[in-house]
Amino acid sequence: MTVLSSPRPDQTEGVLRLQAPLRLDSGQVLREVEIAYCTYGRLNADRSNAVLICHALTGDQYVASTNPVTGRPGWWPVMVGPGRTFDTDRYFIISTNVLGGCMGSTGPSSIDPDTGQPYGLSFPVITIADMVRAQAMLVSQLGVETLFCVAGGSMGGMQALEWARSHAERMFTCVLLATAPRHSAQNIAFHEVGRQAIMADPDWRGGDYVRQGVRPEKGLAVARMAAHITYLSEPALQRKFGRELQRDGLSWGFDADFQVESYLRHQGAAFVDRFDANSYLYITRALDYFDLAQSAGGRLADALAAAAAVRFCVLSFSSDWLYPTSESRVIVRALNAAGARASFVEIESDKGHDAFLLDEPVMRDALNGFLDAAGAARGL
Amino acid sequence: MAEPLYAADREDFREIVRLVRPGARVLDVGCGNGELLQLLRDEKQIDGRGIEIGAEGVSACLARGLAVIQGDADRDLSEYPPASFDYAILSQTLQAVRAPKDVLSNLLRLAERAIVSFPNFGHWRVRMSLLATGRMPDTRSLPIPWYETPNIHLCTLRDFTELCAELNLRIEASSAVSPTHPARAINCQSPIENWRSESALFLLSRKSAALSAPARPGDLFA
Repeated sequence: MTVLSSPRPDQTEGVLRLQAPLRLDSGQVLREVEIAYCTYGRLNADRSNAVLICHALTGDQYVASTNPVTGRPGWWPVMVGPGRTFDTDRYFIISTNVLGGCMGSTGPSSIDPDTGQPYGLSFPVITIADMVRAQAMLVSQLGVETLFCVAGGSMGGMQALEWARSHAERMFTCVLLATAPRHSAQNIAFHEVGRQAIMADPDWRGGDYVRQGVRPEKGLAVARMAAHITYLSEPALQRKFGRELQRDGLSWGFDADFQVESYLRHQGAAFVDRFDANSYLYITRALDYFDLAQSAGGRLADALAAAAAVRFCVLSFSSDWLYPTSESRVIVRALNAAGARASFVEIESDKGHDAFLLDEPVMRDALNGFLDAAGAARGL
Repeated sequence: MAEPLYAADREDFREIVRLVRPGARVLDVGCGNGELLQLLRDEKQIDGRGIEIGAEGVSACLARGLAVIQGDADRDLSEYPPASFDYAILSQTLQAVRAPKDVLSNLLRLAERAIVSFPNFGHWRVRMSLLATGRMPDTRSLPIPWYETPNIHLCTLRDFTELCAELNLRIEASSAVSPTHPARAINCQSPIENWRSESALFLLSRKSAALSAPARPGDLFA
């Protein structure tokens, strides 16, 4: 284990090489896989207080500590920290960068040990289940057999669901925020727009841009701009920008006349500084391939049958049209049919899909109640 | 949490707690802020689940450590597998569902027994209110004006027992509950009880079902 640094005595971050090759859903095998991670808090003597927090599409392991690339304070500081919902004085929080990511875990920009060159498009297509396989190995290597909780929002929720499908015996509770049990046609369609934007950028170079010393920044920025719209709600976008102009009057050209255009361009430009285009292709593909029920002949309740003893908390947001409440209800019905102990609430919010990342008091109260009760049952 | 559908305090809760077998699996449909489930958990060590339509109610339940989903009786009962519970409770909610007959059938599909309570529209106060004023009854148990009430399927004791017969349900016990008096066992077929009972509570099972334990109506009124 390489411990790169310890910003606080109860925080660690590092990169860990998996002790065995990783067998992927595609049938391929990845060797020398490395997973980057952060931990917060301390593992108790019984090793019963570990919580795995799974990140969304463009998130990373810096859930509550300064991201070294952006210099910003992690992606979920409102929920993770001393005295917060995921209380680092109480729990041992583990977060990893997903397989295929670009913040230190093995991904398409990593060096292929067979060739000594960056993988590029020779990196195998991965799935959500492959990400979870790698996480499960990492968690074991950190000395944790059973997790008190696996939690995640959006794609993180899909990983948590996959944990419940394939590793139910290793978890006590599961928190699913703003997520879905499969990608819809609309979800796939938006991702396809993003991928086509990247691949249409001449600097993508057939995926070989790392070796050729260029970056498809324009394509990646457009992909982010399109995706970012899906993370917000129409009313919130309207309220924030309306038809407000950047300057007095129209330019009668194609500059960013409207504030919303300028905002999206900024989102795209900031994203390319911290994200890799091929990682974006691979991770969106993993999302599109995600259909939890597939392994059980299309019956979601059967896919979750092993998780009957797990306590679930499912939260959706009323204005989320990316993974709408109806998708959470599909999960909840399957959990009921599987006999699992499920709680579910739709939170009123006009902030769209990204509401789960924000300080939502109803989400916080619901999760506090859920985790406190589960913690009491677990003797924490 | 939604406004209470029934203005009385929950004297019927005491009856339900008395009725439920310790350690049973219980589904409370329309569980509000989880008060009844918590009572049942604390006093009868049940394994409880709830369904509640309002987000605030669900949050209050989660804060009590209960497993509750936001949903409603009309839409969300059919997903539960048969016989998933020992008891399904529908406390003062039947009159507010869209399809009471389907809901009742579903309760006795997913649970071995159902405990159902509702305000009795045959109560003398209701009859007198209508007779005397010529307006929709405005009583202690039904205080909300007709244009605002969520109670869309009110019934009398007689209506309900007839529906139970039609659905081939066994009435294992029935009692009258009111906010001011302790519950008392009633003969639910008796016309006089249809006048006297402000609210009624039934313990039901399927006539065709082989029950795991003999019905013990004595539990209700011990």
